Amino acid sequence: MRTTRRTFVQASLAATAAATLLPISLRAQQAPPARRPIPSTHEEIPIVGLGTWITFNVGDDPVLRDECAGVMAAFFEAGGRMIDSSPMYGSSQPVIGYGLQKLGRPSALFSAEKVWTSSGAAGPAQIEQSRRFWGVPKFDLVQVHNLLTWKAHLPMLFQMKAAGAVRYVGITTSEGRRHDLLEQIMRNEPIDFVQFSYNVVDREAEARLLPLASERGIAVIVNRPFRQGALTDRLKREPLPEWAREFGVSSWAQLILKFILAHPAVTVAIPATTRVDHVRENLSAAAGPMPDPAMRERIAAHVKAL
Amino acid sequence: MSEWWTYRPEDFLLFSPRVYWRMFELHNASLWPLHVLTLGAGLIIVLLIARRSGIGARWIAFILAMLWIFVGWSFLWNRYATINWAAAYVAPAFAVEGVLLLVIGSLRDGLAFDRRGPADWTGYLILGFALAGQPLLAPLQARGWASSEVFGIAPDPTAMATLGVLLLARGKLLPVLLPIPVLWCLLSAMTLSTMGEPQAWPPYAALALAAAAWTWTIIRRRGSPPPA
Repeated sequence: MRTTRRTFVQASLAATAAATLLPISLRAQQAPPARRPIPSTHEEIPIVGLGTWITFNVGDDPVLRDECAGVMAAFFEAGGRMIDSSPMYGSSQPVIGYGLQKLGRPSALFSAEKVWTSSGAAGPAQIEQSRRFWGVPKFDLVQVHNLLTWKAHLPMLFQMKAAGAVRYVGITTSEGRRHDLLEQIMRNEPIDFVQFSYNVVDREAEARLLPLASERGIAVIVNRPFRQGALTDRLKREPLPEWAREFGVSSWAQLILKFILAHPAVTVAIPATTRVDHVRENLSAAAGPMPDPAMRERIAAHVKAL
Repeated sequence: MSEWWTYRPEDFLLFSPRVYWRMFELHNASLWPLHVLTLGAGLIIVLLIARRSGIGARWIAFILAMLWIFVGWSFLWNRYATINWAAAYVAPAFAVEGVLLLVIGSLRDGLAFDRRGPADWTGYLILGFALAGQPLLAPLQARGWASSEVFGIAPDPTAMATLGVLLLARGKLLPVLLPIPVLWCLLSAMTLSTMGEPQAWPPYAALALAAAAWTWTIIRRRGSPPPA
C-alpha cells in the first residue's frame, strides 16, 4: 500500500487520538525539557531522548510506520532532539528514516547510531548503510554497540570524527554487562559519550561509572530507564505517593525518569515508546523541579519496598 | 558473544507481539485467496495418505516441497526478515527442506505410506490440527481471522503438518527430513513463549506428541519378535 500524505496524516491523528483530547493550549504550555551540556563540546542537549529498541521495529507495516512517525512528531514538538538506534534493532533505522522524511527532516534532530558487527573491516560500510537508512548527511554520534569489536571500531570512529564524518564517538553496554571493561575504556579512550543501563532499581552504575564519567568529562546516555517497560508495568498497580506530586509528576514513569535525570552525571535518558501520550509524558518529566539526593533515596527506597 | 550466560530469551526478541501478529495480517492480505489453494493442497495430502497409493507418496513430497520453498521465500525472506534479521538465515533452511523432500520423494521407496503403524493416529492428529485447528487460534484469541496462520502460507502450520506427514510415512531417509521441521517448531515455540503468547503451545505439543509417537514406535519394533 502506498502511503500518501493524506493517509499519513490520518494515521498520525489516529495514533495521537488520546493525546489530542488535551486542549492545544494546555500542550502548548508544556515547559521545554531541561538541557545539559555534552562535556567535550559544551553543546547543550535536552535531557530526554527517544530510544527505538523494539518499539520502532515495525517492518514494512504502513500503519505502524505512520504511528512511529507520529511518536517522532510529538517528540520533536515537545522539544526532544536525540534519537538513538542500532543496526541490531531490525527495521528501526529505515522506520526512523521514513519518519524523518515525513516530518520534513527536523533540524533539531541529534542522531545517535551504533556500529554493531564483529568485523572491524565491515564497520564503515555498516555505518554508511545506517546513514542511508536515516537519510542524514552524517550522524551526530556513532557508538560501538555492546562493546562488540571495540578495539577495531573505536580507532575507526576517531578517524571519522577527525575527518568530520561524525561529531561524537561513544560506546555502549546494557543491563550491567561488562562494566569493568567499560570503565577501562572510559579511563583510556577519548570518547565523548558512554551509554549504559541505569534506573531506580539497577543502580550499579552509581558506584563507579557515573562518577568516572563526571571525572573524565564523558556524556552519559541512560538506556532501559523503565527496564523495557517491566518496571512501569509493575508499578502501575501501586498508587503514586503523594509526596511525588511536589515535582509535578503525575505518573510512575515520570517519577522514576526524574530519579535518573536528577543524577548530575546523567546527560540524556532514552526511554522507548510506541505512544504519543507517553513520549509527551517523558519529555515533560525533563522539565520542572528535580528530586535532590535525599529525595532520590526516598524514591528508590519506596520503589524497593513495593 | 561475551558473558553469554547473562543473556535471556527476551534479549533476543526484537519486536512486540502487536508487530508480530500485524505481520501475519499483512502477509495474509497480500496472498489472499492463495489460502484456499494451499488448504486444498493439504486436503489432497490427507487423501493421498489415506489411499496408500505408491504414486501418492511422490505427490505428497512434491506438494510439501513446493510449500516449504514458498513459505521460506514469501514469509521468512520477504516478510519476517524485515523485523527479525535472523529470519534471513533461517529462510535457506526452508529451501533445503524443500529440496530434500523433492529428492527423497523422487527416490524409489524414499517415502511410503503403504503400511499402518502405531504412530498413525498421532500423525493424523497433528496434520489435522495444522490444517484445521491452527487457523482458528487467531479468532479464538480475539485477534480476528486476518492474522490466522494457514498451512502453506505461514511456517508453523506448514512445519507441524510436515511432522504429521512424516509420522505417517516410512522410509530409510525419513530422519533426514525431520531436523528442519523440528527445529523450526522449537524456534517458533520459544519465540512465542518469550512474547508471552499462549499460541506457543501448539508447536511445543506437536513436538512432544511426535517424540512420544516415535519413541513408542521404536520400542514396539524392538520388542516384536524377529521374522521367521
